[in-house]
Amino acid sequence: MDFTDTPEEAAFRDEVRTWLGEHLVGEFAEIGGRGGPADETSWDARVEWERILGRDRWVGLSWPEEYGGRAANFAEQVIFNEEYAKANAPARVSFFGEQLFAPTLIAYGTEEQKRRFLPKIQSIEEFWCQGYSEPNAGSDLSNIQTRAVLDGDEWVINGQKVWTTLAHRAQWCFVITRTDPDAPAHKGISYMLVPMDQPGVTVRPLRQMTGTAEFNEVFFDDASTAKDMVLGEVNDGWKVAMATLGFERGTAFLSQQLAFQGELAELIEVAHKNSATDEATIRQRLAQAYIGVQIMKYNGMRMLTSLKKGALGPEASIGKLYWSTWHRDLGELAMDVLGPESQIVVGEPGDDYALNELQRTFMFSRSETIYAGASEIQRNIIGERVLGLPREPKIESAPKEKT
Amino acid sequence: MNFAFSDEQEQLRDAVRKFLEAKSPSAEVRRLMETTEGYDEAVWKQMAQELGLQSLHLPEAHGGQGFTFVELGIVLEEMGRVLLCAPYFSTVALAANAIMNAGSDEQQGAFLPGIAAGETIAALAFTEPNGKWDASGITMEAQGNGDSYTLDGTKMFVIDGHVANQIVVVARLSGTNGEDGISFFSVDGDASGLTRTPLATMDQTRKQARLDLSGVAATPLGDPGSGWAALSKTLDQAAVCLSNEMVGGAQKVLEMSVDYAKVRVQFGRPIGSFQAIKHKCADMLLEVESAKSAAYYASWAAAEDNEELPVVASLAKAYCSDAYFHAAAENIQIHGGIGFTWEHDAHLYFKRAKSSEILLGDATYHRELLAQRIGI
Repeated sequence: MDFTDTPEEAAFRDEVRTWLGEHLVGEFAEIGGRGGPADETSWDARVEWERILGRDRWVGLSWPEEYGGRAANFAEQVIFNEEYAKANAPARVSFFGEQLFAPTLIAYGTEEQKRRFLPKIQSIEEFWCQGYSEPNAGSDLSNIQTRAVLDGDEWVINGQKVWTTLAHRAQWCFVITRTDPDAPAHKGISYMLVPMDQPGVTVRPLRQMTGTAEFNEVFFDDASTAKDMVLGEVNDGWKVAMATLGFERGTAFLSQQLAFQGELAELIEVAHKNSATDEATIRQRLAQAYIGVQIMKYNGMRMLTSLKKGALGPEASIGKLYWSTWHRDLGELAMDVLGPESQIVVGEPGDDYALNELQRTFMFSRSETIYAGASEIQRNIIGERVLGLPREPKIESAPKEKT
Repeated sequence: MNFAFSDEQEQLRDAVRKFLEAKSPSAEVRRLMETTEGYDEAVWKQMAQELGLQSLHLPEAHGGQGFTFVELGIVLEEMGRVLLCAPYFSTVALAANAIMNAGSDEQQGAFLPGIAAGETIAALAFTEPNGKWDASGITMEAQGNGDSYTLDGTKMFVIDGHVANQIVVVARLSGTNGEDGISFFSVDGDASGLTRTPLATMDQTRKQARLDLSGVAATPLGDPGSGWAALSKTLDQAAVCLSNEMVGGAQKVLEMSVDYAKVRVQFGRPIGSFQAIKHKCADMLLEVESAKSAAYYASWAAAEDNEELPVVASLAKAYCSDAYFHAAAENIQIHGGIGFTWEHDAHLYFKRAKSSEILLGDATYHRELLAQRIGI
């Protein structure tokens, strides 16, 4: 047990710090690190910044060197994220491509697919979005009904996806489609790579309770993609889709802990300023939030250490359940710290509904306990796959709707 | 960065677990908890002689093995897991640490070898009938000078105070307040003027005593009057130790719940297949794993004796207290009627969880302490 850097880790940290010191200057330094992967504030400048990151191979840090990565181990990824957060560098724009799709592609893609897509993810030329949820397939994801039918050299795709973050920015979407409607739910699904810029794809923004529209609906009307744009085997896409979800629930949250720590520090400052810290219950809740965010770090470090010995399994669900609950509680605490001030939105009546950062956390965190598997689904996974509790007896499901 | 126990540490855990499974099964816990002394003399000796548990983290110069709070945490976790009835926490986690923090090298040389050898049972007497865990709770005054002091007054809630051969008493120089004037003294268990009254405890697996002192001769440990830093550190270290002990109990009740939920059938299915029960277990796992992360990290901070210790000690004590009590309470609920019986062990853990939560200050107390320590 040792939480100090090894000499190699210290050297890596130094390299990151030096690079950031040299490059994070001028307009890039002014952007600040607020906002998550779905936030579009200062988008163009952030894209420009991330292209510089990509040029110097800080995008795709963990990828194998043969695909342009640095083959960084988990400790190095943590160090990079720590230094990146400490430097208050801009929130990343390539989350879905770099953090979710790329690791899946590396695990399941053909050599040709990797060569085709990884360089453009790293150079921030192509953005990706995730085509999973549908109106009737939320928690019950295997109930997806978007159909793909092979027609000569092309798949023809029809259906609708929802909750598609940044679909309006993306050139590509990894879509799970039903390719064998007669097979059991999990068996007839394929993981397809679909270009967004085509007549058969319509992206419609979905305005959320925050007033903004980071999420979208995506409609596929005879959209197409090439026959070889399937990741893994045809009809074996469920496994691939779950691998992506594992990345989304698992390592991705590590970079969030520092951002959360920053949010709490800001809230404590607000509480000092408006004297909320005089109240015993607020003091208790702030201390509890501090305990929570520190343990998030300790949990992360324990998970990383165990990862060195093997792959992250269903334990990832513990992290997802933990951080989403913590952040939701922080949003609620923020409103109570602000008091009546929390109820006033900037601007005049009739202006755009513009939330400040704390109000946005309060609202946006309601989505975090739902996306990437709702908390209830995470508890099922923990119960069944970590603790080994029996599954619920299957109810004969209604026949799948055929399109 | 490496957040895992070494192979040697895992071997220590295995050895301690095997020993405790043999020496402290439920039947033995139940036998000892009904006695006034609350421990088995033979097992206490074996702990020292066969496994060297009492000497583990004591300095090698004074009969110890020179291990750290990380190894001590492992041992306490295993003891918490089986509700070991023995004056280990009082002797090693409270009194020995107090002697190391407050006493001179010479005094450590006088007292620690007896503890290391399993010959001395020691207690730390600092709480009083006011039930406070901070400096303001210490009202007992010491009169005297040089090496010769006398103590008068009452110490309460003294863990294993009724069986200790050596009692480390915390008092204050007369006329002082708050953190000023705090002093450590050593008092013999059979000192003249000392009346020790065993208390009937709700958690029967951890014994407490009332100590009435009337003109008791006491030897100062360290410099009288400047003991607050040593006491504060001792309490932080003890909070870390207790957090590890609680983690052991919390893990055990989680296992009891999950095992039962797999085999107990109602409505024709194991109750663990119902989300109402499954989700309870999932939440328990999340909290128990988080409690482990906090306790282990705190052990490391205590081992390093770094500046993080005060913050992480309160952090761990607050979180582990809540997590253990919640898990122990849910364990009863998941077991249903059988979990409410005297015969089932669920209540033993429930009671230990509560007594551990209260000991050294509850979660609310430590959250406030933490708030102050991080500048809220």
